Amino acid sequence: MNVQFRSSADASVVAKTAIADCDIHPARRSMKDLYPYLAKRWHDHLETYGGHAYQGMMVGPPYPKAQPNASRRDAYPPEGGVQGSSLSFMQQQHLDPNNVALGVLNPLNTGQGLRNQELSAALATAINDWQIAEWTSKDSRLKGSVVVANEDGEASAAEIRKRAGDKNFVQVLLLSRNVEPLGQRRYWPIYEAAQEAGLPIGVHAFGFGGNPITASGWPSYYIEEMVGHSQCQQTALASIVLEGVLERFPKLKMIMIEAGFGWAPSLAWRLDRVWQRLRSEVPHVRRPPSEYIKDHIWWTTQPMEDPERRDHLFQTIDWIGWDKLLFATDYPHWDYDEPSRVLPAGVSDANRAAFYLGNARELYGIT
Amino acid sequence: MTSPIAGGVDCDLHPALPHLTSLLPYLNDYWRDQVTTRGMTDLESQSYPPNSPISARPDWRPAKGKPGANLHDLTTQALDPFGTSIGICNPLYGLQMVFSEDMADAFCRALNDWLVKEWLDKDARLRGSIVIPVQSVEKSVAEIERCARDSRFVQVLMLVMGDMPLGKRAYWPIYAAAERHGLPIGVHAGSNYHNPPSSVGWGSYHIEDYVAQAQAFQTQLTSLIVEGVFAKYPRLKMVMLESGFTWLPSYVWRLHKFWRGVRMETPWVDRAPMEIVRSNIRFSLQPVDAPPDPGTLNRLFDHMQSDELLLFSTDYPHWQFDGNAVLPDGLSPELVRKIMIDNPYATYTRLGGAGSKESAA
Repeated sequence: MNVQFRSSADASVVAKTAIADCDIHPARRSMKDLYPYLAKRWHDHLETYGGHAYQGMMVGPPYPKAQPNASRRDAYPPEGGVQGSSLSFMQQQHLDPNNVALGVLNPLNTGQGLRNQELSAALATAINDWQIAEWTSKDSRLKGSVVVANEDGEASAAEIRKRAGDKNFVQVLLLSRNVEPLGQRRYWPIYEAAQEAGLPIGVHAFGFGGNPITASGWPSYYIEEMVGHSQCQQTALASIVLEGVLERFPKLKMIMIEAGFGWAPSLAWRLDRVWQRLRSEVPHVRRPPSEYIKDHIWWTTQPMEDPERRDHLFQTIDWIGWDKLLFATDYPHWDYDEPSRVLPAGVSDANRAAFYLGNARELYGIT
Repeated sequence: MTSPIAGGVDCDLHPALPHLTSLLPYLNDYWRDQVTTRGMTDLESQSYPPNSPISARPDWRPAKGKPGANLHDLTTQALDPFGTSIGICNPLYGLQMVFSEDMADAFCRALNDWLVKEWLDKDARLRGSIVIPVQSVEKSVAEIERCARDSRFVQVLMLVMGDMPLGKRAYWPIYAAAERHGLPIGVHAGSNYHNPPSSVGWGSYHIEDYVAQAQAFQTQLTSLIVEGVFAKYPRLKMVMLESGFTWLPSYVWRLHKFWRGVRMETPWVDRAPMEIVRSNIRFSLQPVDAPPDPGTLNRLFDHMQSDELLLFSTDYPHWQFDGNAVLPDGLSPELVRKIMIDNPYATYTRLGGAGSKESAA
């Protein structure tokens, strides 16, 4: 991660190798950007009552971020608005100089994790229309994520079916933290519809479901929330495997986004060991858990694991598979990974090509 | 299989309280009366359902009663086969689940007295952990002070999942008392179930709760490190018990990366997280969450970049290994000596140093 203060002047140099960026965050200038895609009823509702989330703050996150909007200070568009809210500046600062051939949009603060389910569903539809109108229709390198009202399985499935076959979208977006662990039955209609539509499920770190971010209650600091996302992701993935989601939906592919990948081997080993002892409790889990993970799960790279010794990184990736990693920058967030610096020397050309572009093209079916 | 060497210290044994009524001789009249007239039931935690396969190895399961409840079984099954010199008893009785701090206090005092009378007095190899009424920091400190007079208590025991993250300042008087008496804090797997047993809510299955222990240990390490516990109490050791350890390297890589990025938020954390782990945190050996091939395990030890972090444990009577294969394949003789003898004695200073014959108080 690099806290960026780079002047946009050196954006004139274009990287030679094309990349996929599997985690880009387009932002709204304000909620009003969504009004063209929302019924009038909801404009009034939002202005009167706000979002009514599973957390206490009316505005802003419970743990103040390290930088405004958790974004790079050099990413404010010259025409105004928050970081990530201008397509032309995103093109100029990121997509063009970094030679991004495929950019996957993951809109956050969208209405996922709201307690009012009707509002959540209306906002999900609006944000999907907004992605097409403001982003994917204007730059063919960008692909959207189908945002769904995650706590309402039926509404989510309807939204996925509505977008099925629409080439503007390459995945369904869920967040890791929900009212219940992601393997629970209430979320199965989402998986069923995604499998039917041939769309992978991206599970991005973050979200609110009302559960403390540790199993011992709420910690004190932003760093604990940031590190804690990887523990949330581990538990959510364990739930998906142990509830038999990947047995029930055998064609489903899932992507763990922005939660790290270094923990994947140890989690898989632990699951396998414990499953050997306790499999009579979960007879629907027919294979060792590590096999489901190996067959169904992909990982985005940012924030890239960064051990002192690069051989430790390479050994960890060998355990996961070079074919399962998807490069991501997290633009415009502050903990952005710089494409040219993220992978140490010593990687074969084939692995490097897969890591930066090939795996994403294959998974998302973008040639 | 790697052979154990004689003279080791088993840092995670679980003697079981047969039943809540076993505490009656150690309770005062008021609490004895409470237990009987209110018809209180056994405080068995669902972290370890007694009949769950993980709760007892099949050949360690007694014909009747709770696994781990019999002294003879424990010594012949957990100590003798491995030539163990010292065994540290960590009672996992569900006292942390109690909501009343008065009740928790009475039961903890009774449990600690029971441990002395029924176990420590009966086998000179055994040592104990002080179970504290964590519902009250004040009462916890008092219980540490009371029990610390007996040098056979070598540790203070807490659970990895509780009401608050363990680094929170409210707990610090407990850590001050522990440091003062040369007692490491043992943090054992298990929850009081006052919060959902995972950071994403209540799972459906016991197996999920068990897997999630590892993630709970990770969040607790973050809390302990970033709140500054070890900047305040540099001589305090904390031992993660039944935590697994193969998650440690990648976990620290992530913590280190964010610490570099946002250390302005916690400026008292003036050493890199891995340095703090090396100086203050230890892990019990079992369970070894790794594939059985020595190559992978040795790469993991290399990723841990220290041979001082692991402490020998059987986790008796929990089912973590079969036969005598308590040590995973491929450990060097030097590492076996570190894990079984040097590291435990360096951690538990009340044991009096490697090889010394500490007399019971």
